[in-house]
Amino acid sequence: MTNIKTDREPLFRIVKRDNIARGKAWGIRIGAVVIAILIGAVVSAILGGGSAFGTFFSGLFEGVFGTPRRILNLFQNTAILLCIALAVAPAFKMRFWNIGAEGQVLMGCLGSVVVIQYLGGQIDNFWLIIVMFLASVAFSVVWAVIPAIFKAKWRTNETLFTLMMNYVAMQLVAICIFAWVPSGSGVLGTLADGRFPLIGGQRYILNIILVAVAAVALFLYFRFSKHGYEISVVGESENTAKYVGINVKKVIIRTMVLSGVLCGLAGLLLVGGTNYSVAVDSVDNRGFTAILVAWLGKFSPPAMAFTSWLYVFIDQGAKNVATLMGMGEAFPDIITGIFFFFVIGCEFFINYKVKFRPRKKKAENPVEEVAS
Amino acid sequence: MFLTFLQSAIRFSAVFLFGSVGETLTEKSGNLNLGIPGIMCMGASGAIVGASTYVAAVGGVGGITAWGATLVTIIFALLFSLLGGLIYCVLTATLRCNQNVSGLALTTFGVGVLSFFGGSADTTGFTVISGFFRQSFPIGDNPNWFETLFLSYGCLVYIAIIIAVIAAIVLKKTRVGLNLRAVGENPATADAAGISVTNYKYGATLIGSMIAGLGGLFYIMDQTGGVVEYTIDTYGWMAVALVIFTVWRPNWAILGSILFSILYLLPNYVSVSFAEREVIKMIPYLVTIVVLVITSIVSRRESQPPAALGLSYFREER
Repeated sequence: MTNIKTDREPLFRIVKRDNIARGKAWGIRIGAVVIAILIGAVVSAILGGGSAFGTFFSGLFEGVFGTPRRILNLFQNTAILLCIALAVAPAFKMRFWNIGAEGQVLMGCLGSVVVIQYLGGQIDNFWLIIVMFLASVAFSVVWAVIPAIFKAKWRTNETLFTLMMNYVAMQLVAICIFAWVPSGSGVLGTLADGRFPLIGGQRYILNIILVAVAAVALFLYFRFSKHGYEISVVGESENTAKYVGINVKKVIIRTMVLSGVLCGLAGLLLVGGTNYSVAVDSVDNRGFTAILVAWLGKFSPPAMAFTSWLYVFIDQGAKNVATLMGMGEAFPDIITGIFFFFVIGCEFFINYKVKFRPRKKKAENPVEEVAS
Repeated sequence: MFLTFLQSAIRFSAVFLFGSVGETLTEKSGNLNLGIPGIMCMGASGAIVGASTYVAAVGGVGGITAWGATLVTIIFALLFSLLGGLIYCVLTATLRCNQNVSGLALTTFGVGVLSFFGGSADTTGFTVISGFFRQSFPIGDNPNWFETLFLSYGCLVYIAIIIAVIAAIVLKKTRVGLNLRAVGENPATADAAGISVTNYKYGATLIGSMIAGLGGLFYIMDQTGGVVEYTIDTYGWMAVALVIFTVWRPNWAILGSILFSILYLLPNYVSVSFAEREVIKMIPYLVTIVVLVITSIVSRRESQPPAALGLSYFREER
């Protein structure tokens, strides 16, 4: 960069795109996903000690669609991930970098379990689940709104604040578990009360339905409500929002309350519909994964449904590949990491255009001096 | 008893110190690298790969020499963490992608890399190599308190402190440090003043990543004595917390990291119930939140995060 000569243009320059056709943008994204999967296959072939290239693909699909159970798991995991992604989307849309979904969902789980611990068996299961929902939402909202208030009032860095809140939440859960389990094993067994009813004899169906409803609701909220519009304006430019008379502080706090409500729902689904218990790692990093997924889906609920599905597909498939090739549990993290790098990186080509130096000039200067 | 506690706390603090000094340098360039836990994991995987490759190359435990083993291990750890930093830089500085998202993806990746290599590597000879890293100054069998507290550590602990001091001096006293801070505070102004924003971002982030990677190396080769453990990402997040706690000052991080490691190790040395143990573990995070809130309320200029932290810089954008 330092030795750019004044009499010549650099080899290429970067120009911001004003607008890109929707189809082209998705074309770039899909291209990135395809490249990521291909690279994943190459990496697995190398790390797996030269096993067949095709094994990766067959293993991927078999792991996801191999049995009805796996297909149900695919949709269950997609639903939970999507629910958390829906929770982080509103805040990210207004550029409030809430990376505390992990802790907020965990607090939601804790809320549900507290209710089961103290009310379980005393009231009807239906009402118990209702109270669980309220408690989960209350816990999550508190966890989400504390950083929001500080951000709104004193501009406290929300990224770092919410990050720390995650670990406080984890420790809080650990403390509660030790308080409830006198043996000191640190593991809370599955609880009999507060379980979601089976639908059609299957677990998880209610989770999937609830998340679908939440996704549609959030879509309508973004698209048709005044609140949704305000979120977009604050995200685009805080100054514009102030200029047109939007109370930015109010929008920040209100949106984080909404985030908290959705995190609470996710917590309820994890306790009532999935684990019937809580542990420090109940959320299992999905609070962070959801951010990536929401980012990929450009915070639009239908697109996020697709990206969550895609992530779970790759993760679950890669797990099966790892088992087939005997590569241990860590392998899916590597594959999903590569997947993320590519889909994050491809945004560049959507937002910017690379323009090369026009060819007409004579090459009077040697090419080596080209600054990159 | 108290002496051994303090000694182990000082030793363990190197993990946090490496991580937080690396992250401070990175953040000073305006890059909020949330991939630091992942990079520390990659540093540790580098150490594992390096050590096992070295042992295989010299033909078993018999052929290991002190200099060879330590150098190869350190070089591999640096290369791996450099790779992690490079991925982050390409995504954020060149491709101008969102820093939070890139960092989180890098952490996922790094944790995966560590458990992959940690699970599959041949760990023969690791205890021997770890012995070289833990080699302290020659202090007899009955060291007095001074020797225990100051001379009883392996080389990496001293390296961590030296790096922290150098980083503090560079940031505060040199032109390079001034330029770096300018890039982190206001890249557009720095750019107008003729400072190459991209070069500084790359430089600070890559050097920071390599420093953080040494933290992973230290944990595997010194702290655990050559046993592969997978808890490094937790320490990485604590290192990120430490950066805030020390308000972006590497020299304060020396004491801050000792404080964090005292709090982390305290439950092992006092008799407390399991629940109380978790309460103590919560303290570092709570203290960090308090520091974060107070600095933002007081809003003294010296203790603020770099103003452009977390934002990508594109020259043609206003």
